[in-house]
Amino acid sequence: MNNGDAALVVDDLHKYFGSDEVLKGISLEAHEGDVIAMMGASGSGKSTFLRCINMLETLTSGKIYVRGELIRMKQDRNGVTVPEDMKQVERIRTRLGMVFQQFNLWSHMTVLENVIEAPVHVLKIPKNEAVERAEALLHKVGIHDRMHYHPAHLSGGQQQRVAIARALAMEPNMLLFDEPTSALDPELVGEVLQVMRNLAEEGRTMIVVTHEIGFAEDVSSRVVFLHEGSIEEEGPPSEVFKNPSSDRFRQFVSKHVETEQVIKT
Amino acid sequence: MMDYEVIFSNIPLYFEGLWVTIQLVLMALVLGFFLALPIALLATSKNILLRVPPKSYIYFFRGTPLLVQMFMIYHGMGQFEAIRESVIWIVFKEAYWCALIAFALNTAGYTAEILRGTIEQTPFGEIEAARACGMSKTTLYRRIILPGTFRRALPAYGNEVIFMLHGSAVAGVITIVDLFGAAKIVNSRYFVPFESFITAGFFYLCVTFIIVGLFKKLEFRWYAHLHPRTI
Repeated sequence: MNNGDAALVVDDLHKYFGSDEVLKGISLEAHEGDVIAMMGASGSGKSTFLRCINMLETLTSGKIYVRGELIRMKQDRNGVTVPEDMKQVERIRTRLGMVFQQFNLWSHMTVLENVIEAPVHVLKIPKNEAVERAEALLHKVGIHDRMHYHPAHLSGGQQQRVAIARALAMEPNMLLFDEPTSALDPELVGEVLQVMRNLAEEGRTMIVVTHEIGFAEDVSSRVVFLHEGSIEEEGPPSEVFKNPSSDRFRQFVSKHVETEQVIKT
Repeated sequence: MMDYEVIFSNIPLYFEGLWVTIQLVLMALVLGFFLALPIALLATSKNILLRVPPKSYIYFFRGTPLLVQMFMIYHGMGQFEAIRESVIWIVFKEAYWCALIAFALNTAGYTAEILRGTIEQTPFGEIEAARACGMSKTTLYRRIILPGTFRRALPAYGNEVIFMLHGSAVAGVITIVDLFGAAKIVNSRYFVPFESFITAGFFYLCVTFIIVGLFKKLEFRWYAHLHPRTI
């Protein structure tokens, strides 16, 4: 397989939880600058898929290439698939920025400390350089005035913007978003989506697990719809939203559009 | 009725006892803490074989009275000829060192249990976030899990420090002139039990008061990040 120019290649990914097959052979290719919106009902496996990419979940079988580099796996004594070399996984993780549904900021650190933590202690960048970079990023996500606050003293939307700055501080090749707006109050969703929109416009490679139809339609370059662990619908948003080939996707979209209208009125 | 003359004339003895109490408690706390940390880390291990020894340690030292532990070390060790004839007898023949060892082992058990609980309470999301940005296991513990743990452990650990101070009174039973030992001496010389012991009690009260204040300060400094901000 020629995957030299792809930012990410996932080949036939299977994942079992016990005897439950939650991902049934998913393949996906992302190129530089792609913004892929992963959609699907809860339980469809979209978050699990995203978490397999940076090995927060270990896959059962399949291959993942990040910028052409295969993440090597092996079987442990119990026959469970585990990474062969944790150092390789750790190195690849520094290239993949992750943003979580629950923000997951480190609560004992201030906003600034959260953002410089990994650059200083993982990438070993000099602290003053990391601080400079962090301040610029916090400016960019519009939260520099809260630099010395602790996460507990920020709103959800502010925390999520800090989490995005924290991911960007590693200067990753790709950003993974795991339902970044699902834990937010409706009035705080917009500020986070705006930051993500700006990132997409900069040409960043992003995989976004989301329920935000509007975001997927306007910002993504490709929509992938999962149903019960398989890809049910895939294509550019202009096509899939106009002419969905799957009934389930059609239902999913109409249901979510309805709820969004209910929220707006 | 009450005779506080003898108390005032013996105040220097109480201060000497206080100094011994403070020495013993401080050293026991420091030694106990450094012993507790690896015990707590092992007790949170996923491997059951690694988990059993530290858990048994915690179980034993929390499950038996400090007085019994101290007697086993002070009186019990001398029963074995092998110990009496080895170099470590220098340590075990001295009541002071026996008390210190007993205190350190005891507080290590309680402290390990406090730390074990707070390590396990680390929000899982914070651990995932650290792993997601490529942190190694050692960095994860050093930068994320332990700093959060120490902060969350503060209130419970403040309690343990006070318990250790009060528990240290048992040192007076094995000939050590700590605060309680000083009170015992004053009582045996003048037979004024109420006055001599309430004076010791007053000293313990003052030290407790200082410890409580100290931990309040520490909590304000290191724990405030979890409190809602009131502006």
